[in-house]
Amino acid sequence: MTAGDDGQAIVIDGVHKHFGPVHALRGIDLQIQKGEFFGLLGPNGAGKSTLINILAGLTHANVGHASICGYDVVGDYRQARRALGVVPQEVVFDPFFTVREVLAIQAGYFGLKGADNERWREELLATLMLADKADANMRTLSGGMKRRVLIAQALVHKPEVVILDEPTAGVDVELRTSLWAFVRRLHAEGRTIVLTTHYLEEAESLCGRIAIMQDGQIAALDTKDALLRRAVHKTLCITTRDPIGVLPPVLLSKVRKQTENYLELSLQKGADSISEVLEALRVSGHVIIDLATEQADLEEVFLALTKKAK
Amino acid sequence: MTGFSTLFYKEMLRFYKVAFQTVLAPVVMALLYLVVFASAFKTRADVLPGVAYVAFLVPGLMMMSMIQNAFANSSSSLIQSKIAGNLIFILLSPLSTLEFFLAFVGASVARAMIVAAGIYLAAMFFIAVPVSHPFYLLAFAFLGSATLGALGVIAGIWAERFDQLAGFQNFVVMPLSFLSGVFYSLRALPPFWRTVSRANPLLYMIDGFRYGFFGVSDVSPLVSLGIVFGFFVGVSALALILLARGYRLRN
Repeated sequence: MTAGDDGQAIVIDGVHKHFGPVHALRGIDLQIQKGEFFGLLGPNGAGKSTLINILAGLTHANVGHASICGYDVVGDYRQARRALGVVPQEVVFDPFFTVREVLAIQAGYFGLKGADNERWREELLATLMLADKADANMRTLSGGMKRRVLIAQALVHKPEVVILDEPTAGVDVELRTSLWAFVRRLHAEGRTIVLTTHYLEEAESLCGRIAIMQDGQIAALDTKDALLRRAVHKTLCITTRDPIGVLPPVLLSKVRKQTENYLELSLQKGADSISEVLEALRVSGHVIIDLATEQADLEEVFLALTKKAK
Repeated sequence: MTGFSTLFYKEMLRFYKVAFQTVLAPVVMALLYLVVFASAFKTRADVLPGVAYVAFLVPGLMMMSMIQNAFANSSSSLIQSKIAGNLIFILLSPLSTLEFFLAFVGASVARAMIVAAGIYLAAMFFIAVPVSHPFYLLAFAFLGSATLGALGVIAGIWAERFDQLAGFQNFVVMPLSFLSGVFYSLRALPPFWRTVSRANPLLYMIDGFRYGFFGVSDVSPLVSLGIVFGFFVGVSALALILLARGYRLRN
């Protein structure tokens, strides 16, 4: 494949991967545009990490090709790896070195030296709140700090494409918030971000397009909004003035949650009418003092798709 | 710095940071051998013509330490990085197979040379060992440690657990280095064992290295140099093939 600025950050073309008898990837085709914030979701064992490893050159596809910014990950591996930063899922570190040494070494692998890169490394340390630990040995850092160092290492060569493989697994809320703020900034600066996560609300709030993998295949690939539209249910939340007591029989099958004055009903899009629900409640003597609807979230779509694929 | 020089620097820094274990310990160990064997065999006749037994021991111990430390440097670095998972940082970089190989072997050679220099300097307190052929001395030192550094790369790639690497070290490298004429001359062996010993490639490293000091050897230094060079090429080729295929690294 020849390199070219064709607007594609990642192209995956007919990729298969076998691990002995296990067919881990079964013909993946995927294109991710430059500047996208892309979500790669799927249950454990779906093939997400294998796909990322193929993009990163950590494993080789048995069939098919993959490229980063037009550079084949095998044939043009040097350019492909210069264009890619990967934050691995596992928190791994080299116990021999300090944070500053680790970043300088990582930059050196990419042939980067001099004041420019040193400034960038210092900026990364400051942004990721590692400046006061810069001269500490990696062994002495907390888990959260080690994960931030991993992010800094992935960004040390200013890659165009950044892949974050479950970066918030086991991370506290404060770090998760600051991490997403940082990733949003990277995206705003024009980088392509690919995210895998088990926290579907994260993918929902961050990603423009999402692929859902299941059993080594892409079960769904669409914009976030289009995926959400696939949901067949929405929730109607009702607060009544008086205790709810006995509900009209027509509503019983739709109840998702009920407390004294509060009722959550799951309505089927296009089939159930809100006005009919409200009328049934009015006829049975309930006075409604508050009403809200909630659209389905990605979790429902995810569960529906992955269940269907099984 | 280029990718190669960074990885080389990192590997140097790695053993420098634990120099007590990686440099000082082998020097002390070699000196203990020297003291014990020199005391035990002080009345022994010269092994090589005109060379005292203690002097004879010094180059052998230097080369044996080079062999063991060159192997240990690359193999332990690789297995530790593999098991800890931090090898990923090198694998994600644009370093080529050759850069990877040269950096690991280069650091192994450097550590081996430093250890050997330490032994030589310390041995000077006991006995003066003059250098008669510096070219041979340096050629065997370089090729011997580079070969074992490359063998360490192979072992580090192959081993998936520390005990597998320890097995390679204890059942292959250690016996071959002990039975390669460190403590005796080939001439002192019965004909059968002399023939068997000639199948040990490490023997030629030690014999040739010793020639660099004394100008006397059991095997012609040119023949030894050719055999060691051939061994180096073979081991390096295998290491490069494994690295290029990503054997047990990119799977």
